[in-house]
Amino acid sequence: MRLAFSIARRFLRASKGQTFLIALGIAIGVSVQIFIGSLIQGLQIDLINTTIGSQSQITITSRTEDKLIDDYERWQPVVAETDPSLRSVTPIAQGQALLVFDDENYSVLVRGLDFDSAEGIYQLSNRLVSGEMPSTELELLVGQDLAEEAGIKVGDLISFLTNVGQETTATVSGLFDLETASLNKTWVITDLASAQGLFDYDEKITAIEMQLEDVFAADTVAEALHSRLGDGLSVNHWKADNIALLSGLNGQSISSYMIQVFVMISVLLGIASVLAITVIQKSRQIGILKAMGIRDSKASLIFLFQGLLLGIAGAILGILLGLGLAYAFTRFALSPDGTPIVPLVIDPGFIALSALFAITVSTLAALIPARKSSQLNPIEVIRNG
Amino acid sequence: MANIIELKQVNKEYGDQVKTPVLFDVDLAIEEGSFNSIIGQSGSGKSTLLNIIGTLDQPTSGEVMIGGKRTDQMRKNELAGLRNETLGFIFQFHYLLPEFTALENVLMPYRIRHGKVPAEKIDRAHEIMKLVGLEKVKHNLAANMSGGQQQRTAIARALMNQPKIILADEPTGNLDSDTSETIYNLLRDINRDLGTTFVIITHDRRIAEKADRIIEIKDGRVALDI
Ligand SMILES: Nc1ncnc2c1ncn2[C@@H]1O[C@H](COP(=O)(O)OP(=O)(O)O)[C@@H](O)[C@H]1O
Ligand SMILES: [Mg+2]
Repeated sequence: MRLAFSIARRFLRASKGQTFLIALGIAIGVSVQIFIGSLIQGLQIDLINTTIGSQSQITITSRTEDKLIDDYERWQPVVAETDPSLRSVTPIAQGQALLVFDDENYSVLVRGLDFDSAEGIYQLSNRLVSGEMPSTELELLVGQDLAEEAGIKVGDLISFLTNVGQETTATVSGLFDLETASLNKTWVITDLASAQGLFDYDEKITAIEMQLEDVFAADTVAEALHSRLGDGLSVNHWKADNIALLSGLNGQSISSYMIQVFVMISVLLGIASVLAITVIQKSRQIGILKAMGIRDSKASLIFLFQGLLLGIAGAILGILLGLGLAYAFTRFALSPDGTPIVPLVIDPGFIALSALFAITVSTLAALIPARKSSQLNPIEVIRNG
Repeated sequence: MANIIELKQVNKEYGDQVKTPVLFDVDLAIEEGSFNSIIGQSGSGKSTLLNIIGTLDQPTSGEVMIGGKRTDQMRKNELAGLRNETLGFIFQFHYLLPEFTALENVLMPYRIRHGKVPAEKIDRAHEIMKLVGLEKVKHNLAANMSGGQQQRTAIARALMNQPKIILADEPTGNLDSDTSETIYNLLRDINRDLGTTFVIITHDRRIAEKADRIIEIKDGRVALDI
């Protein structure tokens, strides 16, 4: 082992140029892999953040006839302790209503929020484009698209018609922009109590919304919640509502893996062919070693170690190169506001995996020359000078 | 003394399609501790014979015994062990590993056998190198030495594992006559001091005559044995 290793090292050192080129080949493979991997991962996280970053990721609703949840105070702690990754658990009371302004009717969704706990999901204070947050009952926020269409301004009085029958009047305290046209057009946001009053819900609510740390765990966490809460409540998660998005992301991941696999295959073929040449280059040395009594298996080990060493050198070089590439990308590929076009995700686990992959692949590539060297008969070398 | 090498009815043919017979029914016995020379015209089959003795080549038929054991039936790993421990080769061309220094080349047979080299064995390598007059170039890469130095390194390497048998194929073929004289005297000294058996191919009759025994090969047969 030790001898085969030191011969391998010596062979590599004796032809520095060749060694460097092979290691560079592996390094380029690894760096492309790391770069593409980080880019795709960054893209996906970016996309998911824009899509579901500001909405409820798991929503609990009622299965009762009136679709109302009684006793939020009782459910809240149960939800919170089901999974530690859950956050921003917040009660919602909402309903369809007709907004009447300037003799025109607009169909809207009135959403009653507990502003403090809902902030984690909707970040309303950041999304206010004019006016301020509602401070008393019967103050509300209107989406800016609806405001524009209906000509509503901060401070205007608007009235609502609900299926409960009574007409209620409220004051517009501000306008919001949730960066989604349909929400800006149909949502009217007020506090929990105002919405409960508007729809005659008493103390009841219509939904419990929340977000979680690892958004992709939404389905399993939802499952856990369901079994804790029982059949009276229904638990929905974003994944069920975004199948198209998920399959898009999945396709993206698959094509990214394909690129990575093909990059590594071309690296593998490159190394295998160069190493095959080195067996021919070193056949004289192998013949001499065999005439001195080195075993075939040890002669093979020399080439496996060469593959291993090249893989390690290539992986280290590749990680440096890949990180350099990623750094340059986040430094120089900027959108007009100075932030990177795509925030790359540098995942140490992924980097370690791709390094390990490269090392394995180049050791495997060395199997062919290793086999060849074990078949080499020393007499060929001795006879032919 | 016992025979350390014995060949019985050894035949050798080269080629698959067109068969070229090279050795014919060679019977040969070499005594332990003897100093033997093989002479004969170029192409007569001397190298073929020596390579068969050294287990680098296999006879087409016949038996080859080294130290009383048949080598033509040994498995590859057994042969490797035999080559490493019992045999030392000196070829016409030095066959050093160019990536290693002279000293490392000399130590190579020991490392193949044992892996790690203890200090006393390094001392031994130094001693052998001194014996063959290489102490000044020990740390040169094999490629950076003269032909004579390289050949002497190969001799030192053959001595490293203190093999019972040293097989040499025109070991001084590329050297001037003074250098070859020195090297032959050295080999004779080793033969006398350590009892190592030598089988040496040479085209130099003057040198051959210094051997205990001269074997002449002619057209693949033993023609003369004195
Ligand atoms: N690999 C081979 N294939 C075919 N013929 C060979 C081969 N090696 C040697 N020969 C032939 O065998 C004969 C003996 O060769 P060799 O043993 O090298 O002779 P010597 O060492 O006495 O000069 C020569 O005629 C040579 O051409
Ligand atoms: Mg010859």
